[in-house]
This record gives sequence, C-alpha cells and structure tokens, in this order.
Amino acid sequence: MSVFNVYLSGVGGQGIGLISEVMQRSVDHAGIKALGVDTHGLAQRGGIVASQLRIGDSIHSPMVSRGKADLVVALERHEAVRAAGEYLKKNGTLVYYNTSWQPLPVRMNKAEEIQTAQVAKFCQSNGFRLIEVYQSDLPDPRMQNMALLAAICRNNLLAGVRKEHYIAAMRDLMSGKMLEANLGLFERLLLA
Amino acid sequence: MKNLGEMLLQREAFSEIVMGNTAIVRAMIEAGTRVVTSYPGSPTPEIASAIAAIKKEDRPFYFEFSTNEKVATEVAYGAAVNGHLSTVFFKSVGLNVASDTFVQLNLMNLIGGMVVVLGDDPGANSSQNEQDNRHFARMSYTPIFEPANPTEVYHFYKAAAALAQQLHIPVILRLTTHVCHAKEKVAFAAWQPAVFDKTPRFDVKNGPYMPLTSLVFPMKRRALQNLGQLASMSEKIGQHQRVDNQNRQKGIITFGLPYLSLLDVLEESGGKPDIFKLGMIYPLPTDMLAEFLRSHEEVLVLEELDDLIEGEIKRIAFERQIKVKIHGKTDVESWVGEYTADKVSGILRNLWPEMAAAAPASPAAPLQVPARPAQMCPGCGHRSAFHAIKQALAPVDIKVADIGCHTLGFMPPYNMGEMLMCMGASTGIAAGLSLFNDSRRVVCFLGDSTFFHAGIPGIINALFNRHNITLIVMENGTTAMTGHQDHAATGRNFNDLTEKIPVRSVLEGLGIKHIFEVDTYQQQKLTDAVKEAVAVEGFAVVIAKHPCMLKLMREQRRKDSFQAKMVSIDKKTCNHQHTCVSSFACPTFVMNPDGSVDVNPDLCIGDGSCLQTCPSKAINRPQNREGGKE
Repeated sequence: MSVFNVYLSGVGGQGIGLISEVMQRSVDHAGIKALGVDTHGLAQRGGIVASQLRIGDSIHSPMVSRGKADLVVALERHEAVRAAGEYLKKNGTLVYYNTSWQPLPVRMNKAEEIQTAQVAKFCQSNGFRLIEVYQSDLPDPRMQNMALLAAICRNNLLAGVRKEHYIAAMRDLMSGKMLEANLGLFERLLLA
Repeated sequence: MKNLGEMLLQREAFSEIVMGNTAIVRAMIEAGTRVVTSYPGSPTPEIASAIAAIKKEDRPFYFEFSTNEKVATEVAYGAAVNGHLSTVFFKSVGLNVASDTFVQLNLMNLIGGMVVVLGDDPGANSSQNEQDNRHFARMSYTPIFEPANPTEVYHFYKAAAALAQQLHIPVILRLTTHVCHAKEKVAFAAWQPAVFDKTPRFDVKNGPYMPLTSLVFPMKRRALQNLGQLASMSEKIGQHQRVDNQNRQKGIITFGLPYLSLLDVLEESGGKPDIFKLGMIYPLPTDMLAEFLRSHEEVLVLEELDDLIEGEIKRIAFERQIKVKIHGKTDVESWVGEYTADKVSGILRNLWPEMAAAAPASPAAPLQVPARPAQMCPGCGHRSAFHAIKQALAPVDIKVADIGCHTLGFMPPYNMGEMLMCMGASTGIAAGLSLFNDSRRVVCFLGDSTFFHAGIPGIINALFNRHNITLIVMENGTTAMTGHQDHAATGRNFNDLTEKIPVRSVLEGLGIKHIFEVDTYQQQKLTDAVKEAVAVEGFAVVIAKHPCMLKLMREQRRKDSFQAKMVSIDKKTCNHQHTCVSSFACPTFVMNPDGSVDVNPDLCIGDGSCLQTCPSKAINRPQNREGGKE
C-alpha cells in the first residue's frame, strides 16, 4: 500500500503519548506496518510535544517530512494550526480537539489567542479538510485524547483500521478502571 | 494490558511494538548482562523505565542509578574486571562527566566485557549541545556500533556484548535521540536463563590494572593491537549492509538514522545509488570501503554532525591512490542538526538533484501562532521561588543557572538565570564572577539531584576559597526533568529504601555558617531570606524547597481519598492587574481579550500558591470539584 503519514501535536501533559501508541498499535492490529516516534524529555514541561506515525510498506524512518503529512491530529487549538501549517499536505485532514492552553505570549498580553473561526478559515484557504472535536461532558479533561480517537475511528481517517483494532490496541495499553472509562467513552462517542 | 516486565522475560521468541530504549533491555537479558548502571538523562532514561517494569526479584541483572555518570562507569568497570558482563548508559554530555574514567577503560583487560551505551542528541532536542561522541571513541581506541532503528538496537547490543566478551574490551553502542524513541515491531529471539558463576574473578594476573609510568606503554600497545584486530574483523562482525543497485557512477556511504532518511528520500525520488551502510562505524572496514570507492566514480559520505568518516574515507582514497570523487560536508549547515529526510533531501538537491525529493511546500495562507516555550508546571514550587527571589534581587545582580527543571526560570517573566553551562557548574562560575566585583551581587542556582551529581566540589571550593556568593538550592525532592528518578536525599534508591542524605546535613557538615531554609510557597519569607543571604559577606546558601507537584499530584490522584480542587477569580474584586497571569504566570490563568482573567479547568491543580501573588486579593481559595482521580 502507499505511504500514509500522521503528525500528532499537543502540549506537554495532554496525553499525546497514549493516543499515538494506541494509533500505532491499531494499525498493527489491522495487519499494516507502522513506525512511530514520540517527544520525550525537556519539551514535556508545558512545551510543544509531537508524535509521528508512518504507515505503509515502503517506509523507513519514523519521522514525517514537513508538508507531507496526510493527517494532523492535534490536542489543542494553537498546536493544531502550528502543526498543520508546518506538516499538513494540501487536501490533507486536520482533526483537533478544540481546547485552548494559552501560550505564554498570550498570557503576557504580547500576542493574541487563536480563535476557533480562524482555524476554520485557515483550513479553508489552504485546502485542508477540517474536523473539529469538542465534548462538553467529559468526566476528566485527560480524556480529550479519547474523544479525538473516537473521531478518527468514526471518520475512518486511518484506512483499513476498524473499531475492533482500536479497542484491541486500547486493551494492550490500559487496564482496570482506566480501560473501562476510556473504552466506555470511546464506544459512546462512536455512536454519537 | 500487556505487562512489559513479563514480556521482557518471556522464554519463547516473540514480536512486539517497542521503542529502542525497551528493545535494548531484552538484548541485555539475552546477552547475559549482569550489572547495569546509569545516571538519568534524555534520550536514555526510558531504558531504566523498562528495567523498572521487571519485578526486582525477577530481574536477571543488577541495576542502579549512580550519583553521576563517572561513578556509574566505575561501578560497571569494577563489575567487568570481576568477570561480569556490564553496561553503563547515559546521555551525550554524560560522557564528559564520565570521561576521566572512560578514556582509561581501553587500557584494561575487562575480563567480563563492558558495553557503553551513549544517547547522543543530534538536533539538541534536550541537551545543551550537539556533541558528537565519536570523537571520544577515537581518543580512547574504542569500537562503536551505531544502530538505525529499534530492531538494530536489539541486534547491535548483542553484537557489541559478544565482542566485548571475546576481546575483553569496552564497546560503545551509540544511539541517537530518535533511535532511542522510535517505536516499531521487533522480533525477539527465545531466551533461556543461564546459571551464573558468582565467583569474584578479579586477579592482578589478568592486568596490569595500574597504568603508571612505564606500565602505560604495554597497555596502550595492547589497546592499539585490539583496534587493528577489530578493523580486520569488521567485515565479518561489523553488521554492514550493502544496497547494490548496479550503479557504477554514484555511491553513498552512511550509517544510523540518516540511512533511513536517505531510503525515504529515494523512495520518493526513485533515485538508485549504491549504498554502503556501516554497522560498526569505528574502526572502519578499510578494504571493503576501498573496494566501494574503486567501483564508483563519485561517492557521497552522508554523515550527521562531524566529518570523522569523511576524513577516514579520504585517507583511504589517498593512501591507496583510488581515483574517485568524494563528496562530504560543504558548509556550516551540513555540520548542524539532525539528518532528517528533509535535511538529506536538501543535501542531495545540491549534489545530485535527480535523487532529491520534492521540496516541502509551505501553506499558501499561513497563520502566525504565538510561540510556546517549555515552562514550569501548574503549582510548581520553582515558580513561587523565582517569583519571590526576583523581588529580593536588583536587575544588575548576576544570576547563574544550572541544569534541571529550574533552568526554565531563565525565561520571561522571571529572567532568573542569565547563563548556563552544564551539571553543577553554577557555583564555580559564580565564584569567578564575584572576583573584583563590588557592585553586582552574584547568585547561583542548583537542583538537588545535581547537588549530589557534580555540585559538591564547587560548593567546597566556594567555602575553601571564601567566595562572596549566594547559592540557592532548588530542592524538589526528585530528579524531575528526566522523569522523577530518586537521588541520595530521597530515602530510596532504584531497588530499595535507603538512608536519606539530606542536602542540609551535607551543607552543615561542611561547616557552612549561613544556611536559610524556606518552603517556596512561603513567598514573602523566601524573599526575606534571599535578601538576608545576599547581604552576608561570604558564602551563603538558601534551600528553596517544595516537592515536585507533578510527582506529588500523580501520587495523590491514586488515593481513594483524593479530592480535586481548583481556584477561581472573584470577578468583582479583580481589577486587571494581571500579576497572576503575566508576572507569576501560572499556565492555569487565561487572559481574555477584554482584560479579564479566568482559570483553565484543564490545568489548575488547586494548590493555591497563586493566592498570595494577587495585590487585590481577587483569587478565591481552591474549591472542591469533580474528577481528576487516577
């Protein structure tokens, strides 16, 4: 199959490591080759964190080239625009969770916060497909990543990867109450 | 849930998606490694996380986090000369600390064998430089294997261990950041636990182990003979790989992650050069490389960071009078940064454009996004500390930073830290800055893990030579930046409970007369203490302590009794002075376009350290709220 590149981005502390590993393992459960890599270390402290996922037979390095991502997954509004601007190819898809963790210059009144409408316009003028995710009734903000995962599954953004593959991947990585809560939310949002 | 610890000990062969830092642990187990040591530093600490996943009683080898990289190297060396296969791992700049011991290893007969795992950091993702540790290998006549992905990490560690055992030498396994952290499905072999002979086999007859005066020369000759032997063995044991596209014009010599970047570029461009991918990158398989040079008109040496292999290749061509055009580094940029597919494609575009991939296109309608520098977590005790310390110092005073989470204090709005060198260097640098200096007070910072790692000699020097400086120890009770490893003052080592060595007791034991100790959440008290400390003529220490809140909150969330809390803004009282959001600058606070302030419920941990910062007392005490439990 042809190569499919995914670039994931968010702010340190948002749970990007879990969603990227669930996605990589889902692809593997679907019988497709996948390579991944995460940010560790310094940037995790409130900075930008990125994960990269490459899918297909003729892939070698786990790193996605600029402007060559088919899909950008972002856990935060500013990082959605930043990552899509740098990595998304024309006609690619941006799926992001619409929350804002204001960067320091915004909080210091030296820059303006990116607004939801600006993201839509940005995608429209650059030929990006946009999927905005927001769920007002999450039991815990740390489950925003699962809301995104459900949107990825529902919109069939990873070709050939089905619901049972995502669930198998979640079962690889979580157990007990955490698995129950995340699985419950994932299945509920698939029906929504 | 898959259990990482059980998986790593599985007897049967298996395949699993793992990162390079996990794959290496299975390799250690299969190779029969007996002693492993380290000091935490990116990109390698996840190796220890994988080791920690194995129950202590089931662990087939001993592991410790030592106080620093030099001590870790010495512990591994001691085990190796007693007959045990050992391994030490640490980050790139860790080798600078370890080097006094490391450069001697090649002189010794390491009867158990030893693998030195280096986590180099091209791209300076989490380090203060991009140093290319291959230089150290040349200086110390030590062979290096360099894998490109987790599968090779697993195989190359085993190759390195076998070689170290066979020749009784140290062998380097050089990893880079995105090899450590790459995740792929790796096929692991079966494993049968071996029965180990615990007999301490140290014997001077295996030596000499005393490199003094004339004894140095036979030891050095042996090291050089080993290196010569390795070069001739390289063809067989070097894990080299040839991609033969029958291209007699163009060939590329490369290794490590840049090889994978190259393959990705060629997938896109359809370019078909011949490729020589090195596995053991020092010493080089000179005959094989000479043959490769002879069979091409032009050869590109595609080499991340410095030009060591390029120089060697040119020497081979010169000595053997091979007629070939050799391309290598061209400009400063070719020495800088990680060789990603984008970087490799740029190099090819200049040299052989038909092999380059399409240049990345920028979006037609860009949207400027405010920068997002890394910062301290919500509730971080360092934030309270920097906010308070800033009130005690004049703008002209000189603030020297050190390595750790508290390094982040250098950024606005705190600007506490104007220079940074390396682990533990702040006190010595501050001493130098205080000489001939009557007008600008000098303050230096030091973390608690760094205090034990390399901070103590600088402190003793300040005392011994009576330097007039103030040291602020930022004590958060853990090695926070690298993932909360324990250190000598925490009362726990990697394996067991242990006697605490409190920072304050050490300072008192040294006879330091002026010690101030304040919890950083008591901001006014800390401001006063720093004012008092900098007024002292001589050496004074302020211990600014508060537990790492990221660690503490994780522990709290696991408890049944946990109750999540958050602060709120009293909108009637708030008169938009913005101290909380712009000066104290906890990421929890939200600046609204109309100048009002809110609290981000995703971020607030309800610690309440912000309450005291508001001049109009408009922050309400933390109130209970839903969720947040682990």
